[in-house]
Amino acid sequence: MLTNYVGILLLVLVAATLCAAMVTLSWVLGPKRVTPFKTSPYECGVEPLGSARERFPIKFYLVAIIFILFDIEVVFLWSWMTVFKSADQQFQIFSYFEMLIYMATWVLGYVYAIRVKAFDWDETTSLETHEGAIQSEVAA
Amino acid sequence: MDWLRQVFWENEVGNALLRVLLFVLPILTLVPGLIWWERRLLSWMQDRIGPNRVGPFGLLQPIADGVKLFFKEDITPKAVDGLIYFIAPAVALFPAFALGATLPWGPNLKLTPIADVNIGVLYIMAISSLGVYGVVLAGYASNNKYSLLGGLRASAQLISYELAMGMALASIVLATGSLRLTDMVKAQEGPLWGAVPQVQNWFIFTPFGFIAALIFAICVIAETNRAPFDLPEAENELIAGYHTEYSSMKFAVFFMGEYAAMFIFSGVFATVFLGGWHAVPINWSALGMEQVAHWNGLLAPLFFLGKCALGITFFIWLRATLPRLRYDQLMSLGWKSLLPMGVFNFIVVATWILTTSLYGIGGGIATAVGAFAVIIFFTTRIAKSANANVEFLEKRTITMESGKGDPKPQEVNA
Repeated sequence: MLTNYVGILLLVLVAATLCAAMVTLSWVLGPKRVTPFKTSPYECGVEPLGSARERFPIKFYLVAIIFILFDIEVVFLWSWMTVFKSADQQFQIFSYFEMLIYMATWVLGYVYAIRVKAFDWDETTSLETHEGAIQSEVAA
Repeated sequence: MDWLRQVFWENEVGNALLRVLLFVLPILTLVPGLIWWERRLLSWMQDRIGPNRVGPFGLLQPIADGVKLFFKEDITPKAVDGLIYFIAPAVALFPAFALGATLPWGPNLKLTPIADVNIGVLYIMAISSLGVYGVVLAGYASNNKYSLLGGLRASAQLISYELAMGMALASIVLATGSLRLTDMVKAQEGPLWGAVPQVQNWFIFTPFGFIAALIFAICVIAETNRAPFDLPEAENELIAGYHTEYSSMKFAVFFMGEYAAMFIFSGVFATVFLGGWHAVPINWSALGMEQVAHWNGLLAPLFFLGKCALGITFFIWLRATLPRLRYDQLMSLGWKSLLPMGVFNFIVVATWILTTSLYGIGGGIATAVGAFAVIIFFTTRIAKSANANVEFLEKRTITMESGKGDPKPQEVNA
């Protein structure tokens, strides 16, 4: 069965060679006339202000963490998916409800993430805030 | 001729090499054509002429551009992180080429796919997530504010849509019962909805498959950083995003990666949802027309390429039609719409398989109807709250225009 993977290995080698060749070739073929202005970082033509590696919003990090959690949860389903259709009825019923319970934990986590506004990039554009505002306006 | 046959047909490794070449060479030749097609079609849609000077209809324009780019100066800015800056374009291009290893573009297993392995879909998911590395490394190594922002945006965007894409493919895997892409094509040759033997059961014709196709298509556009999801390279806010500091062929390699990824993702879409290399969803053998079925098999690569071309045209059409999303819209579309939809779809498919196995075809239909009712219920609720949001925004605009100014944050949040 391992012979099946020879193709993937070859493709990876060919792709890696191609990519390396393309990146190197232009570096070899092009002229080299270095001037101070050319090699300064681009910032709309003015002198760069401060470091480029500034602090960035924590939201990016948050999204990465949530992604890992949800992705790992889905990974456990892949093996079940391949056997579910062709399995016998008893296993199908059992594993179906098992899957439902498992997905319930997934949904629980998802609802929690929504409640703590982990997916709301900007608080002023979230629906919930506006609904609250509308209700308070109506009350007032 | 005999030794050629010996090397490329009988020998296992030589045969694999033949399959790799049959896959890589067409892509390498088609990518310039793709760029030409995008530029011409976009020009036509925007009432311009587009490149028409080099060669017939400007067909040689991308090649001329490529040659020019190879001989341009490759500027390496002083502040960059040398090695990472150098390899980032290669890292971005690599997954685009490696992605198609499990795609079947014809019926002959000696010629295609490159590796007919039982992890086909998983392989595609794994390699497509690698695409984020090139962009992030380029953004980080450039030591430029725009690049860093572009790289960050790209990483958040790619991983957000990865999940929904996985769920869309998962429901199809569940319905097929296999991760092998050749099995998926075979599953789509079956009778439509298990009832009409003359028509093939392409997954896009089934209710759950249609929803999965919709989610998958949107996710693919986001994964390839194409308009309207091209925030990582939004030219009017981030210059060129992660490739601001790149010049010469390194700059072009990012685009090559993007176009190759577009091409291969179109191929994945065609394989998973549009019946693979079959021309039309008609089961010729069931109609007793074996001759047509034979020709369909012979011309399979053409039909597959045709489907890829359709997919790419769709990409370009979207770019000409839709304005770019705002970043919070992008995130809420991925996390709050596509992901729950994908998970719901997945559970519905599981229910459908179970009820069909327990109660026959009636159970399957009942599941579909029930799922449809749930969808209607939720969409009406969501539409209601969205309307409330629009009303609020209108009210706010009126307050602002009347000179009272923007309502204070505590009033909005109260």
